[in-house]
Amino acid sequence: MAFALGAGSPLLGDPALNYQEHELNERLKRLYPAVNEEETPLPRSWSPKDKYSYIGLSQNNLRVHYKGHGKNHKDAASVRATHPIPAACGIYYFEVKIVSKGRDGYMGIGLSAQGVNMNRLPGWDKHSYGYHGDDGHSFCSSGTGQPYGPTFTTGDVIGCCVNLINNTCFYTKNGHSLGVAFTDLPPNLYPTVGLQTPGEIVDANFGQQPFVFDIEDYMSEWRAKIHSMIARFPIGERLGEWQAVLQNMVSSYLVHHGYCATATAFARATETIIQEDPNSIKNRQRIQKLVLAGRVGEAIDATQQLYPGLLEHNPNLLFMLKCRQFVEMVNGTDSEVRCFSVRSPKSQDSYPGSPSPSPRHGANNPHLHSTGADSPTCSNGVTPPNKTKTHSKYPSISSASSSSSSSPSSVNYSESNSTDSTKSQPHSGTSNQETRCVTICRLTRPSTWCVSTACHFTTVKLSVPCVFCSDSEMEIEAEHYSNGVAENSSSRIMNGTYKHQEILQVDDNSLVESCASKQFCGGNQAATERMIQFGRELQALNEQLCRQYGKNTMHKKMLQDAFSLLAYSDPWDCPMGQQLDPMQRESICSALNSAILESQNLPKQPPLMLALGQATECVQLMARVRSGSCSFARVDNFLH
Amino acid sequence: MTCCGQPEVTATSRHYVDRLFDPDPQKVLQGVIDMKNAVIGNNKQKANLIVLGAVPRLLYLLQQSSSSDMLRTECAVVLGSLAMGTENNIKSLVDCHIIPALLQGLLSPNVSFIEACLRCLRTVFISPVTPVQLLYSDLTVIPHFICLLSQSLHTQEYITQIFSHCCKTPDHQTVLFNHGAIQNIAPLLNSSSPKVRMQALKCFSVLAYENTQVSMTLVNVLVDGEPLTQVFVRMMQRDKPIEMQLTAAKCLTYMCRAGAIRTDDSSIVLKTLPCLVRMCSKDRLLEERVEGAETLAFLVEPDVDLQRIASVTDHLLAMLADYFKYPSSVSTIADIKRVSWAEITEHLIYAPSRLNNKSFSVQLDHDLKHAHELRQAAFRLYASLGSNDEDIRKKITETENMMDRIVSGLSESSIKVRLAAVRCLHSLSRSVQQLRTSFHDHAVWKPLMKLLQNAPDEVLIMASSTLCNLLLEFSPSKEPILESGVIELLCSLTQSDSPALRVNGIWALMNMAFQADQKVKMEIVRSLGTDHLFRLLSDPDPNVLMKTLGLLRNLLSTRPHIDQLMGSHGKQIMQAVTLILEGEHSIEVKDQTLCILANIADGNTAKELIMTNDDMLQKIKYYMGHSHVKLQLAATFCISNLIWNEEDGSQERQDKLREMGFVDILHKLSQATDPNLCDRAKTAMQQYLA
Repeated sequence: MAFALGAGSPLLGDPALNYQEHELNERLKRLYPAVNEEETPLPRSWSPKDKYSYIGLSQNNLRVHYKGHGKNHKDAASVRATHPIPAACGIYYFEVKIVSKGRDGYMGIGLSAQGVNMNRLPGWDKHSYGYHGDDGHSFCSSGTGQPYGPTFTTGDVIGCCVNLINNTCFYTKNGHSLGVAFTDLPPNLYPTVGLQTPGEIVDANFGQQPFVFDIEDYMSEWRAKIHSMIARFPIGERLGEWQAVLQNMVSSYLVHHGYCATATAFARATETIIQEDPNSIKNRQRIQKLVLAGRVGEAIDATQQLYPGLLEHNPNLLFMLKCRQFVEMVNGTDSEVRCFSVRSPKSQDSYPGSPSPSPRHGANNPHLHSTGADSPTCSNGVTPPNKTKTHSKYPSISSASSSSSSSPSSVNYSESNSTDSTKSQPHSGTSNQETRCVTICRLTRPSTWCVSTACHFTTVKLSVPCVFCSDSEMEIEAEHYSNGVAENSSSRIMNGTYKHQEILQVDDNSLVESCASKQFCGGNQAATERMIQFGRELQALNEQLCRQYGKNTMHKKMLQDAFSLLAYSDPWDCPMGQQLDPMQRESICSALNSAILESQNLPKQPPLMLALGQATECVQLMARVRSGSCSFARVDNFLH
Repeated sequence: MTCCGQPEVTATSRHYVDRLFDPDPQKVLQGVIDMKNAVIGNNKQKANLIVLGAVPRLLYLLQQSSSSDMLRTECAVVLGSLAMGTENNIKSLVDCHIIPALLQGLLSPNVSFIEACLRCLRTVFISPVTPVQLLYSDLTVIPHFICLLSQSLHTQEYITQIFSHCCKTPDHQTVLFNHGAIQNIAPLLNSSSPKVRMQALKCFSVLAYENTQVSMTLVNVLVDGEPLTQVFVRMMQRDKPIEMQLTAAKCLTYMCRAGAIRTDDSSIVLKTLPCLVRMCSKDRLLEERVEGAETLAFLVEPDVDLQRIASVTDHLLAMLADYFKYPSSVSTIADIKRVSWAEITEHLIYAPSRLNNKSFSVQLDHDLKHAHELRQAAFRLYASLGSNDEDIRKKITETENMMDRIVSGLSESSIKVRLAAVRCLHSLSRSVQQLRTSFHDHAVWKPLMKLLQNAPDEVLIMASSTLCNLLLEFSPSKEPILESGVIELLCSLTQSDSPALRVNGIWALMNMAFQADQKVKMEIVRSLGTDHLFRLLSDPDPNVLMKTLGLLRNLLSTRPHIDQLMGSHGKQIMQAVTLILEGEHSIEVKDQTLCILANIADGNTAKELIMTNDDMLQKIKYYMGHSHVKLQLAATFCISNLIWNEEDGSQERQDKLREMGFVDILHKLSQATDPNLCDRAKTAMQQYLA
């Protein structure tokens, strides 16, 4: 796949342009991370449709020149950018370089609302604002200007910054802030330039190039301001209440995910009460571990035994579990195939450490993915299985098997939990060579790679210490396409706790076992037959469900995906191979956990995640109601 | 002592002290610990214990080698706590020789004891009442401090804090520099402790201030592989604490002024300057605004490009106008509500000193002090901004009520404000346009003259320098100033011990004499006295000499004036001219002297003073052949005046000079490469032909 990307990408037509495009996307994403471009696209060029006829555009609609008579002010002409400035920018900035001042240098740089007359310079009319080069005056919706700053002419770079938090605007000249020009700005203004005499040419920079003015420094000041505002938010007399709420949140989170010992210790320390019966927690924990270890069949049995009727009432869940069981059979991890293996698990009670111990909070909102929004959404714990691209398995080659995590702490974690590293080993045997190719390929075509994926996934970069070193020494470098930073953070949060519990239960046998080979069902003939048989049963179950509840496209897809694994000689290295990634167990694990909790009349989502989800939604709502501070109040800024 | 008059020195206080004398060391330790807990935050208790003589006993216990480390540490902690009280406490502690005792304690191997000693030393040294010199009197102290920097975060914090408070003179800077303060403190800029980072940064700002040696060293220092300047730039990022931004900007400013960083370096132009402008914003604390403006004034003073950039950054000129609006009417009223207006005004008018005893006076003093500081900072920054660029000066004078503010600033009670106001006025007085308009409209000369009557030298220098500009011939203020009897005043300045004042005095007289009428000129000569005038011609300061020659030249202009002055003082003047032409002087001085001679040669009767002086003619001849064109030109001009046709006796003079060989020289000069000299020589030659 990586080869295909490198070789035949149509995006490589004009490397320079492509590079600029890439730069622009990167810079815009860095400057305005809170903007959801599907809802509110950012201005990237001047609009060929929203301009007066005396304006000519060139150079990808970034260069503006005057082509009228330029006799008097009636010949003034303006152009607006393609889109208004989204409030979620918080602080928006663009620059205009004066390429030529033309005859008289009557140039205006500023902002205007949609529909403002384009046969005018910015600033002359209502909802129009401008800074003019000939006299250095600012025009605030008025034909007469106010003394504002210095004049500007050929060679100068003028910047315009809109602060959507306090609705003000200031300009810069050659990187120097000139001070506030306008206050009480209305929303939805477009970057605008106006020219009035022949020969005037200006170039816009909406982020295509680095800015002359250090806008990020200015943003950092506002970020610090907003953060300190949040930190100092008064909670007044509710202090005690506040603490109780926080403790409850932590406790319920631990209980939800079955961290029994930690939850008990926490409850003891804080003198709070755990609502759920400790045995029930342990049961859930056991079932979760089975799923995460890939022993889905046992998990189903345990569930049916401990929670009779649960799966019967949730046929969809049962079907999902069975599908997963099938995949795990292919993987050779499910007990139904493992039992055919010579080396069977020594003890029933031992559960090998899960590859990715911490719960993942899959985002269910498709547009979140596409904009790279990296906040956890918790209303639905199920991650659509096909969301993660094939590449995501490469990271698992590294010792850090919780592959979405890029922090050193997670590496430490997997080192201490030896089961983890072995879990991922089956991949490494065959993939080393390939990974290197991918790496080389990626390095030579960085732009292609990023462009094709950037719109779907947040990229998390690891360092590239040595690309060409020997196989054994090779340190993995990778861009992980995970569902987001928040996941990383939360997995890091939980690592510590989980580790201590898991290490105690490591089953040495399963260690040896799982690295035995990388063949269908562990390479055992009987197991393969059992798998085929199970596949038939699964097919039958699907048909039965169809008859009972009507067609279900999701089921059909799941079944297809699972069965398609059999079509490849090496399922681990095929387009559907990512299903085999242990990470994929997490979503089903969390769905099962939620279902159990729901059946016990407990919340299916921990309040902590609900609160996080609500906060995330609130911030998005702020963007929609044009409160610019949302840009600096992002939830993930507070998740460490 | 403050508490002597207090009725009760309580029994408990006495009990605490008594326990220090217990024979059982364990009980003494417990006594010290109890004392520690008793004094925390209790100023009265602290004062009581000091009066009861706890300090010498604590010091004794601290110094005793038989005391346990624990006891010695607790003693240092209690002393540190006592030092945290009032200034009087510090004075008492210093009087008990606490400093040498604590410094001695630093030699101990016990880190927590060292830390306690340093904490106490820190508290003592940062107090304004402690003489800084005490840190430097023992030469081994500073090296030991530097050694202790590696001990712990606390030693780092306290030592850097002591350094940053006690480095007040170039000598102190040199001592610290020579003991490797820079290399040892630089790594602390990346310390994990914010307090250490901040104090280390402060150290660099005091070390670099007006110190070329330190500044030049700093640019080459690396901190974890990063140049120090970059570390400072990082510390100016806008999300950093304001104090850190401001102090880092100071460091870079001082390095720039010392020539270690170019003024067009991006770290100055794009980072330091904007950072300092931000510090002047209304959002900042008063102290930050003051320091920001002062530092910015210092930064931009020598560089017109920086002045231009600063003047358009963030509406700085308008921002500074806000400095004059403090205390705002609101805060003043709020402060004053507590006492009746009448009472305040009565006190302010009749007995300002008595206000000190009033409860409201503290706040009022505080406000007034800030108001003064703000105003002087604003004036100083305006002065720097306007020192070169005419457009900026115009913008400054157009800032709201600017001239009124300067005028009232000139007569403020605070010397600092007066000085800053006159600096600002001086800066603006370099503008011809302002001299003609706003200066005249606001009659700035009046307060300026008043200021000159009785002021410290600092103010006098600025004021007289401003007066020089106001006396330029195109200044409309010249007339009224003349009428106010300024000549006497200026003449008295020329007798000052300060060279700067002598220059300004004679400079002002020179400007005054330019194209003045006979009466003024005679008044100047009379008032100055010829003896003093000629004494000034042998002044050790070349500037004074130059301006005195300039004055003579201005006095000796237009024919009747020349003849009259030469008639009365010809002999002395010719003597002085001879003396200077024979002496070791700069080209400028000789040129000016030859110009005077040329002026004399323009007189009707005065000419003869030269013509009859063969020695002088030989000198002119010499300078016509001088290697420096300027002197050749002036000498030729002189000859040209002597042989000018249409005057009586020109024929004889021409003949005499021809005999002396001047025609040959002129002939030669008419072939000179310098066009001016060539023209001048040809014009002179034509006098012979006519």
